[in-house]
Amino acid sequence: MIQVEGLTKDYGPRRAIDNLHFHAEKGEILGFLGPNGAGKTTTMRILTGYMPPTSGSARIAGFDVVADSLEVRKRVGYMPETVPLYPDMTVFEYLKYMADLRHLPEADDRVDDALEVVHMDDRSESFIASLSKGMRQRVGLAQALLHEPEVLILDEPTIGLDPAQIREVRNLITTIGEERTVLLSTHILSEAQQVCDRVLIINKGRIVAEDTPERLQSRLTGAKRIALRVRGDGEGLETMLQKVPGVMRVVKVGDGGVEFETAPGQDTRPEVARTVISGGYDLLEMRSVGLSLEEIFLELTRDEPAPPEMADKEAMILEEAVNSEDIEE
Amino acid sequence: MRNIWVIARREYKLYFATPAAYLVAFMLLLILGVIFYANIINAQLQQVAPGVEVVLGPMVTLLLFATPAITMHLIAEEQRMGTIELLLTAPVRDYELVIGKWLGGFLFLLTILAVTWVYPIILNLIVDPGIDQGPLVSGYFGVVLICSALVAIGVAVSTLFSNQIAAFFATLGVFLLLWLIGLPSQALGAFGGDLVGYLDFSEHFFSTFYRGVIDLSDIVYYLSITGLGLFLGSLFVETRRWR
Repeated sequence: MIQVEGLTKDYGPRRAIDNLHFHAEKGEILGFLGPNGAGKTTTMRILTGYMPPTSGSARIAGFDVVADSLEVRKRVGYMPETVPLYPDMTVFEYLKYMADLRHLPEADDRVDDALEVVHMDDRSESFIASLSKGMRQRVGLAQALLHEPEVLILDEPTIGLDPAQIREVRNLITTIGEERTVLLSTHILSEAQQVCDRVLIINKGRIVAEDTPERLQSRLTGAKRIALRVRGDGEGLETMLQKVPGVMRVVKVGDGGVEFETAPGQDTRPEVARTVISGGYDLLEMRSVGLSLEEIFLELTRDEPAPPEMADKEAMILEEAVNSEDIEE
Repeated sequence: MRNIWVIARREYKLYFATPAAYLVAFMLLLILGVIFYANIINAQLQQVAPGVEVVLGPMVTLLLFATPAITMHLIAEEQRMGTIELLLTAPVRDYELVIGKWLGGFLFLLTILAVTWVYPIILNLIVDPGIDQGPLVSGYFGVVLICSALVAIGVAVSTLFSNQIAAFFATLGVFLLLWLIGLPSQALGAFGGDLVGYLDFSEHFFSTFYRGVIDLSDIVYYLSITGLGLFLGSLFVETRRWR
């Protein structure tokens, strides 16, 4: 349904997306996961015919997004990240306007149906200016659903919603995704995990990973993370472990606890155990810790290696800061 | 074609929901009324019968200032609110969007013009044998053409801004340039004097329509400006995608 090949977009000297390849089938919910500024919105804008790519091609339902832009736009429902609406129109007027632009027969009924899907049928006569953020989000979604499009493109559909609304929107997307192709972007991992059939992780305009949420997790756990508990003074242990071949990123966790990662495909456990014992410590516990998708994500999108814990915190603070900026925009 | 009408209808309706549009219409009619009154008194003192030019002359000048206020938001506001993204991802061609916006603004301006008909009607009642119908018809026909051209320029300029006030002043600047471009035509003489004379916006009105003459070349001039404005507007929307 969606076919993207070698898609590249430059904004002046800055390359926003770089040689993207991906596809999505009918009835599939594809998640676009990446930090802000990764190129998610740019990709979506190209797919919806808002702007042409610098090079590469994209086809939706067999139509090229540049050459057959109008045909593509007829088949795509799009909710931009900022959910642009006309504040001086009522919900009904706004949706009717969008329906008329799409030449929908029985536009009034379509509007009522779309409002019912997003549970906004009781607010159809309200002015958009008077609606809360969550309600506007739902009006935006209703707009994208009006013409029952084959492909639904949603840019950060849950941003700025409260938890109850988020759950509602996610359920809605899951229902819609049973029959249609949905491409949604998010920078929230749990969302991608819950909603999507397949996830594309994108960073700095490149796809860094693509798989189902489960497989992605297991694939990346190839790089195993192992936690140790020892008895004794843990001071020298870190440096000793670092010397073991295949051991990376050693961190001290509390008193007598150490966590480290091993390079994919290498089993470092026997060697580590010997090192611990010969160093004069008692080895109490050794277990592998699975990387959550959240960590995978940070792993994949992090620029330079930093101690995992610190990177976590940094990323969280950063993400919050970037989010609040986004909302203001 | 249908998209043009859908967009024009929304724009037209929107004017009646925004106080700013009422204010512009009110100011235009008020100032026109004051000037009309002053002209009538003046004509009475000088013992001459006032013609329709006491309405048409000031009206054209006032339109130079009123039109930018009516067109400034047309596309600039969509760009500021981000709703342009909805329109450019809906199955609407760029020129349909621009023509629809133009038509909405043009129809609103025509509505204001329809109200100004009260002045010629009053004039006809107070001037004894009635006013000369020729300049009335040709004059209003000319004003309609002027409105069409002005709104087209206004829409084109509006596509370049996401700030209404900036769009207003830029539009006004273009209008004044076109209005005054003929002034140095005498001085220029053979060096393009005829050309700038031809480009002059006011010349095509005051030497013909204003005096009761309908000349095809003037009609072509205003329609060309309209066409050029709409073409440039569509071009600006198109290039905006590539930015």
